[in-house]
Amino acid sequence: MEVPILKQGEILIATVQAALTDSDLLQLRRALVEKVAQARARGIIIDVTAMDVMDSFASRTMREMAHMIRLRGAETVIVGIQPDVAFAMVQLGLSMGGHDGCRPGRRSGVLTPKFTG
Amino acid sequence: MAQRPMPLDRAPATHQLAPIRSQTEPTAELLHELVAHLRQHRTQLREEWAQNITEARLLTAMTKDEIFAEATSVYDNYVEALATGTFEALQTYSRNLSERIIPRGVETNEVVGIVLLLRDVLARSLFAKYRADFAKLDRILDAYEPAANRIANTVAVGFVQERERVIRQQQEAIRELSTPVLQVRERLLILPIIGAIDPQRARQLTEQLLWGIRTNRAKVVVIDITGVAAIDVSVANHLVQTVEASRLLGATVIVTGLSPEIAQTLVNIGVDLGKMNTVGDLQGGIEQAERLLGYKVVPLVEAN
Amino acid sequence: MILVGNAVVERNLAAGVESEIHVPIASDQDVVVARHKGRALATELGFSGRDTTLLATAISELARNIVSYAGRGEIVLRTTHNSDRPGVMVVARDKGPGIASIEQALREGYSTSGSLGLGLPGVRRLVDEFEIVSEFGEGTTVTVRKWKG
Repeated sequence: MEVPILKQGEILIATVQAALTDSDLLQLRRALVEKVAQARARGIIIDVTAMDVMDSFASRTMREMAHMIRLRGAETVIVGIQPDVAFAMVQLGLSMGGHDGCRPGRRSGVLTPKFTG
Repeated sequence: MAQRPMPLDRAPATHQLAPIRSQTEPTAELLHELVAHLRQHRTQLREEWAQNITEARLLTAMTKDEIFAEATSVYDNYVEALATGTFEALQTYSRNLSERIIPRGVETNEVVGIVLLLRDVLARSLFAKYRADFAKLDRILDAYEPAANRIANTVAVGFVQERERVIRQQQEAIRELSTPVLQVRERLLILPIIGAIDPQRARQLTEQLLWGIRTNRAKVVVIDITGVAAIDVSVANHLVQTVEASRLLGATVIVTGLSPEIAQTLVNIGVDLGKMNTVGDLQGGIEQAERLLGYKVVPLVEAN
Repeated sequence: MILVGNAVVERNLAAGVESEIHVPIASDQDVVVARHKGRALATELGFSGRDTTLLATAISELARNIVSYAGRGEIVLRTTHNSDRPGVMVVARDKGPGIASIEQALREGYSTSGSLGLGLPGVRRLVDEFEIVSEFGEGTTVTVRKWKG
């Protein structure tokens, strides 16, 4: 299941449309890290609304992806984590934040968190 | 009176006993005879019973007329159960009765009390009738007692079950009322928590908050726990998890009104305070939230 | 043999079992299949969305452990009962290398595969009951149960 990636100005939007296997996730990571420079993107939006489970592997892959994309000069925003999924992630002991710079930051007076609804 | 042994493969649930009907023929005849007696003396026995209820100061929440009306129904259902050996009608009736009298504040001991009184009134009348023939009285009581006990059981269980149902319903209602998620501004939610938090309420609270964040597309949430005196370690951990889960949905959480005890608990369990955004009181929390959202509240004079 | 967690209630393993789903696990695709089946079973039993997700996440972790450490194995899903409460029992079984130190594997932050090291302790927090039996060189069986909330 390949994740479609759209280019919208300086932003790449990846919309996950079904449950992803580990190889799908790695494939998505490869594709985004590659395209970010090609497309001269400043930001990446990953919409995970359709993901019904975010386990340790998925979280780790997303976090590493944000790291790599950062190194390639763009920001990553993960949108659409389901409330139930967020709760399960926290119970599992995962938080995507912490040392990878996912803290909410301020930009033009408005809070811009790394995750948005 | 020995009960018919149950076949093992059809062992009944605890509340279902073998039907009285299956007892030996003489018992059925005896029951028939005593039912006839109870029907014949209905008016007098019912009166006597109602009298006993009042004297024993049971059902004090009800008027004399009400007691008499219920006594009539209970009496008829009672005799009916003895006559037919089936308890469904009585079960239904006792549920209905409970539904009516529970809101009036009638207690379990009163319900059990009146049924036991009826049992005694009827037993005494059987004594009076058969005192001359002791052997027959013995057989009559053998037939009567197990049935009467089952009736008392059925009514009491029906009452308790109904009461438990009412309690469950009320708990549910209280839980729903107890965690309102309020939107005070665009993208700003407030969750005031009042009273004790047990793990179940904590779960409910988290669930409502997370869905509230999603529905309102909230960016900042102020959880005010001024009304919570203390929390245990598991609830404290739950609070921290709620904060983290909210962040994954894109909302920053500000916790306000921590009591000294709760502050102590949080420190004792080693909460990473970098993850917890706390402000002294609700007003301060809302001000901070407004700053985060880029609002500035100024007096009208200044604004003009 | 090392046993950790709640004592195994053998009686429960035998009684109260209503249906059983076996999912062979050999690839990351199977991980997705296993958690989908778990989700379907929990939904069927009337689990809340949140408990369903917690269970699906636990199954995902257990299935992935099989793929990462043992290569192949199976996940068995069963409905079970605790007095009147329905629940789902998940057995994750493999004949892999086994775990040398269960105590260590259950410690927070421990991992041998370079993952986040949250595996087993994390799964334990997602479910209501957790048991692990592992013999070094013989394989590992993890049994978890989650009750309808």
